[in-house]
Amino acid sequence: MVRPVGPPSWRRAEGRAGVAIFLNSDSRVIVQGMTGSEGRKHTQRMLASGTSVVGGVTPGKGGQVVEFERAGVRVFNTVGEAMAATGANVTVIFVPAKFTLSAVVEAIEAAIPLAVVITEGVPVKDTAEFFALSQASSTRLIGPNCPGLISPGQSNAGIIPADITKAGRIGLVSKSGTLTYQMMYELRDFGFSSAVGIGGDPIIGTTHIDALRAFEEDPETDAVVMIGEIGGDAEERAADYIAAQVTKPVVGYVAGFTAPEGKTMGHAGAIVSGSSGTAAAKKEALEAAGVRVGKTPSETAQLMREIMTSL
Amino acid sequence: MDLYEYQARDIFEAHGVPVLRGITATTPVEAKAAAAALGTGVVVVKAQVKTGGRGKAGGVKIAKSPEETAARAGDILGLDIKGHIVRTVMVTEGADIAEEYYFSLLLDRAERRYLAMCSKEGGMDIETLAEERPEALARIPVDPRVGIDHAKAAEIVAAARFTEPDATEIARVIQLLGTVYQKEDATLVEVNPLVKTGDGRIIALDAKVTLDENAEFRHPDHAALADASAEDPLEAAAKAKGLNYVKLDGSVGIIGNGAGLVMSTLDVVAYAGEDFPGSPKPANFLDIGGGASAEIMANGLEIIISDNQVKSVFVNVFGGITACDAVANGIVQAFELLAGRDEHIEVPLVVRLDGNNAELGRQILATANLPKLEQVETMDGAARRAAELAAS
Repeated sequence: MVRPVGPPSWRRAEGRAGVAIFLNSDSRVIVQGMTGSEGRKHTQRMLASGTSVVGGVTPGKGGQVVEFERAGVRVFNTVGEAMAATGANVTVIFVPAKFTLSAVVEAIEAAIPLAVVITEGVPVKDTAEFFALSQASSTRLIGPNCPGLISPGQSNAGIIPADITKAGRIGLVSKSGTLTYQMMYELRDFGFSSAVGIGGDPIIGTTHIDALRAFEEDPETDAVVMIGEIGGDAEERAADYIAAQVTKPVVGYVAGFTAPEGKTMGHAGAIVSGSSGTAAAKKEALEAAGVRVGKTPSETAQLMREIMTSL
Repeated sequence: MDLYEYQARDIFEAHGVPVLRGITATTPVEAKAAAAALGTGVVVVKAQVKTGGRGKAGGVKIAKSPEETAARAGDILGLDIKGHIVRTVMVTEGADIAEEYYFSLLLDRAERRYLAMCSKEGGMDIETLAEERPEALARIPVDPRVGIDHAKAAEIVAAARFTEPDATEIARVIQLLGTVYQKEDATLVEVNPLVKTGDGRIIALDAKVTLDENAEFRHPDHAALADASAEDPLEAAAKAKGLNYVKLDGSVGIIGNGAGLVMSTLDVVAYAGEDFPGSPKPANFLDIGGGASAEIMANGLEIIISDNQVKSVFVNVFGGITACDAVANGIVQAFELLAGRDEHIEVPLVVRLDGNNAELGRQILATANLPKLEQVETMDGAARRAAELAAS
């Protein structure tokens, strides 16, 4: 695959396609729930953005072929069959919330390296169970209740619009989907190595820290935008991690300063409980770790613009 | 969803957790009848509110006769406890308390598993205990795939330094509370205090349960636990239309797509408001999601304009999956739908469209020339204009 913007070849890891994080042009993607309306719609979008979608999984529909604009994609009964037949190494999961636990368990048991769970409304007990299972496996989970991730020009696993930005050298990790898109769009002149939507549920498979670690190690990423929101203490923990482990510049944004205590703000995990999980505490922790935190999304983009220009 | 104590108590009882008999009452007369029905002489009248610290606020009283029960219920009903008005009391049997313990099982977001906390020093505020005497509070991780089995219950009880003859019975009760957590899809089960009575019984004297609303599909009975009377009427109306809406106190109505973007919009409006007289603030949170169809837009606008505190509305949309031209058409059609319902937008509307097909979307709105609607291209600028309009 041709990348619209590429780094100098000497910066590439030897013998590999673009590095990015978690997802690159070598990624071979299957879609669990591809025969449903959401799965079908987004498979079409993933294919259109150049992703190698090599199969779909719907129990009982194995052998069917779903026709998309340019090609048909085969459906398999199980993740295991799909992996054996196609060499898939990423699954994107669109199945309804009631079936998500069994779909994710199946993906983990098939030992797929990356499982991206888009589904919203998954009971946290189910997520806790499949996350615990993933810890004892080789599968990385992203989500649930997330837009997925994109390495522009290489691969797009999920529902992030591919046409609002281009490939570049900024990394992005965010709890929020639309703020991810907004930031990708504002910084479209610089472009992104990878953008990872980790989701806003109380338990998520990949955290800010996981993504920061991967961006720090990724030779194609020069700086990172980190977007957080109220609830939990993931941003505070990420701040500690940045202070100790991250040498690349990080710019932050936190949403929810005006959120009242005890109210869930859209995302199941976005809730201030008592004095914990406030946006103010998160901003303070990030700033104490040397992260410049923008007051608005645009100001945050501007901070990143200044950093990228000065590099 | 947080439950009232009496609802949590009923769930405990259904799972075999030892609890005291209790009857709810909404009037002193009902409370008197409840005390008579319990027939135990001494009863406790407890305010049913979804907040802590009710004892200190005068929301828990002992009564020694049905007449006294009526009087105490009269004292408690109508009390304002941290903004929660008491509408129901629970009258329970009195208990001969020898010792007070603490137990909770909750979601540990940071460690992404469950956490059991247990102490021999119950009854007091647990956050204070955790701060002042952390060694007195046992904290034991629980594997979500296993929950609290026999071995885990024994581990928790040992860590909290319980000894026989109580340890076995406390472990049995803790295991049952673990069952409540798992079987009911709870995210919190807390008992403070868990008591030992004079005759050596272990009883959950209080009950606090939070249920996961995402799990309602496997608990059809949980929907009935929601308290419609305590809900804000606008929030209830929005919920009935499937909208993700939270009522706030300000005067700038907010509609946006995506939870994070809407939270961010509230913040940006609040900052902008600081520069105007009366510091206008956001009136609500409303996420219309990725689709943003005309009907959802119309329903959202309808809820917002029915809030008579609202003086201006800010529609903040980033076109990602749904392009801005589709959103603009949705807004135009929403105006038509509202007109058809004989609803009219009498407050100014500021629209910011950005992202996919933003130019086309802006053109569509400009051509439609809708009354009271103006466009501002940036989020920060549009927030400022909406705040200014709410101030004037």
